[in-house]
Amino acid sequence: MSNAVLSELIAALAGGRIRVVDLTQTLSPDFPQIVLPPEMGQAWPFRIEEASRYDARGPGWYWNNFSCSEHTGTHFDAPIHWISGRHLPDNSTDTIPAKSFIAPACVIDCSREAAADADFLLTVECLRQWERRHGRIPAGSWILMRTDWSKRTDPVAYQNLDETGQHTPGPDTEAVNFLVDERQVLGFGSEAIGTDAGQAFHFKPPYPCHYYMHGSGRFGLQCLTNLDLLPPAGAVVIAAPLKIKDGSGSPLRVLALVPSADSIAKSKEQGKKNSKRTRNVVGKKR
Amino acid sequence: MTRPLVRPPRKNPILRTRVPNLPPGSRSRVALGLTAAAARGRLELQTCRDCGTVQYPPREACRVCLSQRLEWKVQNGTGELLSETILHHSNELFYRERMPWRLGIVRLDCGPVVVAHLHGDCVRPPSRVRVDANIDRAGQAALVAIPEKDTPNMADDRQLREMTCDPKFRKVLITDAKSPVGQSLVEAIVKAGADLVWAGYAEPWKKPPGFEKLSSVPQVTLVSLDLTDSRAVKNLAGEIGGRVDILINTADHHRNYGITAREGIEVARAEMDINYFGLLRLAQEFAPAMRARGADGQSSAVAWVNLLSIFALSNFPPHGTYSASKAAALSLAQCLRAEFAPAGVRVINVFPGPIDDEWNQALPPPKIAPSRVAGDIVEALRGGAEDVFSGDVAEDWLARWRDNPKVLERELAAMR
Repeated sequence: MSNAVLSELIAALAGGRIRVVDLTQTLSPDFPQIVLPPEMGQAWPFRIEEASRYDARGPGWYWNNFSCSEHTGTHFDAPIHWISGRHLPDNSTDTIPAKSFIAPACVIDCSREAAADADFLLTVECLRQWERRHGRIPAGSWILMRTDWSKRTDPVAYQNLDETGQHTPGPDTEAVNFLVDERQVLGFGSEAIGTDAGQAFHFKPPYPCHYYMHGSGRFGLQCLTNLDLLPPAGAVVIAAPLKIKDGSGSPLRVLALVPSADSIAKSKEQGKKNSKRTRNVVGKKR
Repeated sequence: MTRPLVRPPRKNPILRTRVPNLPPGSRSRVALGLTAAAARGRLELQTCRDCGTVQYPPREACRVCLSQRLEWKVQNGTGELLSETILHHSNELFYRERMPWRLGIVRLDCGPVVVAHLHGDCVRPPSRVRVDANIDRAGQAALVAIPEKDTPNMADDRQLREMTCDPKFRKVLITDAKSPVGQSLVEAIVKAGADLVWAGYAEPWKKPPGFEKLSSVPQVTLVSLDLTDSRAVKNLAGEIGGRVDILINTADHHRNYGITAREGIEVARAEMDINYFGLLRLAQEFAPAMRARGADGQSSAVAWVNLLSIFALSNFPPHGTYSASKAAALSLAQCLRAEFAPAGVRVINVFPGPIDDEWNQALPPPKIAPSRVAGDIVEALRGGAEDVFSGDVAEDWLARWRDNPKVLERELAAMR
């Protein structure tokens, strides 16, 4: 049976019924890294040095050496990244079970709100609204906050810093708790430089998305792009960090498998039928 | 009176850029003593400890009493111009390309009679003049006679300009214009008459106070430049490298830790990445084009300035890893100077004492103001020096280091 499913998947990919959407920013020296006060330890930006380019250093080949932080560019946060997750089992990039790296995604569209207010906070009400339209958030899924922040290609606009720090959208504390405790999500993904809002240092606790997600063994994805190409529900995300020993995170290629428009329409119909059926079943039980 | 320099016309692109020829550059070991003093902007002559005779040219022994107890002593260089000659022919290519050339014979008040390059504003002999020792295009000491009192536009003298690196009508790259020294320097270089200043900045999302207003200065062009990014350095060199006449590397990463005060090597690595590797990246990308333009007309490529630190001479343990990165940069700057020598481009190393900035907040005064460091850099470019010790602390440490480096090491170790 599994052979049939995989064969069908390959056929769907080949036939275009399932598209692959790249949710990854290009690793480049120009891409901004997180800003911390200068006396603190810093995340290295992406840097690259040429080893040879068909020249005296290596006549037949071109290759580079690069350096970066575990938290540079589009990257994955493991639970061990935060103090609240430091004692959890399987909490680092080398020990997280590989099956966690493929999961469905719920895309919450906050692009209008974020355009109006850089400090926009995702609330429980926003999540319930999404659920009213697309069904309950499945346990074990990624919550991806679409803000179109990745469309800010100017690094200054992307960082959006002023004297009071960074201004980028993120979830509020209650929304994080709701997702962690009541929906058992796999993790939270963001287009901005952190899963938390730019001003989240001043929240209670500071950086609630990091604190509670990682404290309960959940993951983070940040600096995502192309979330506007995903359906609100129905995409599957493949996000496997590098297997760094005791790694707190890793830059990675994030891919989404997305049913093509036709198959989305079909699955919506199917979904309506299913939810009717479910309701009936529930009704009967009552 | 010197005619003020006029902005040179744009380069004629069909003419070949001439290759740099240098004035005669070989010196005996003892004669290099004159160069060592000129490198610091001083005229020093050998003085006999036994009979007190001051002599020139440098020799192994006193020309009067044959004593070998000779000491280099600073001279003020005042004297009387005895005669002048205008050279219309020379077999030396450097002078051949710059005829006519004015020379004079000066009797210094301290005794010796010297042959010196003669500034255009020195009136006909007999007259009073001052003799300076400048580093010439060959990197060696050259004696220059200038009028006793300053004259208008005297820096614009054609011969003197061959001995200096005056920013007037030159194009200058300042690698980090965000720092306090960088900001002051942009202002000072513009005021000194630079044609164009490229003001480099890294991490555009961090805007320190005062930086924004630089962009409104008409001579200033902001350029994105992060010395930790090899490709960015290469790209900028590709864009403007062929036009940079003076490069001033102000990029500096300064933290204040020794070895045990901070866990890990992150800070030390960041210091090395900018202070040492940053200089190396810049030099690899910008030096080749500058070397090719050592004789590119009135506004040729002339100088490369490194903002080092007095901590480069001897480690200051409270800022131990920073000191090490600056010592590495000093060593590399010596290599750069050797590689620039054939092009006649001067490498100027600036060694300020502690600058009055954020990272020296906890150090007691005296600390040197960023604007003073900027002023010293401009003065060095206009003058004939290649090593600049900026501020009282730097002068004091240098004197102690020259006196006995081991003693200074012990003194600095006790400052923890």
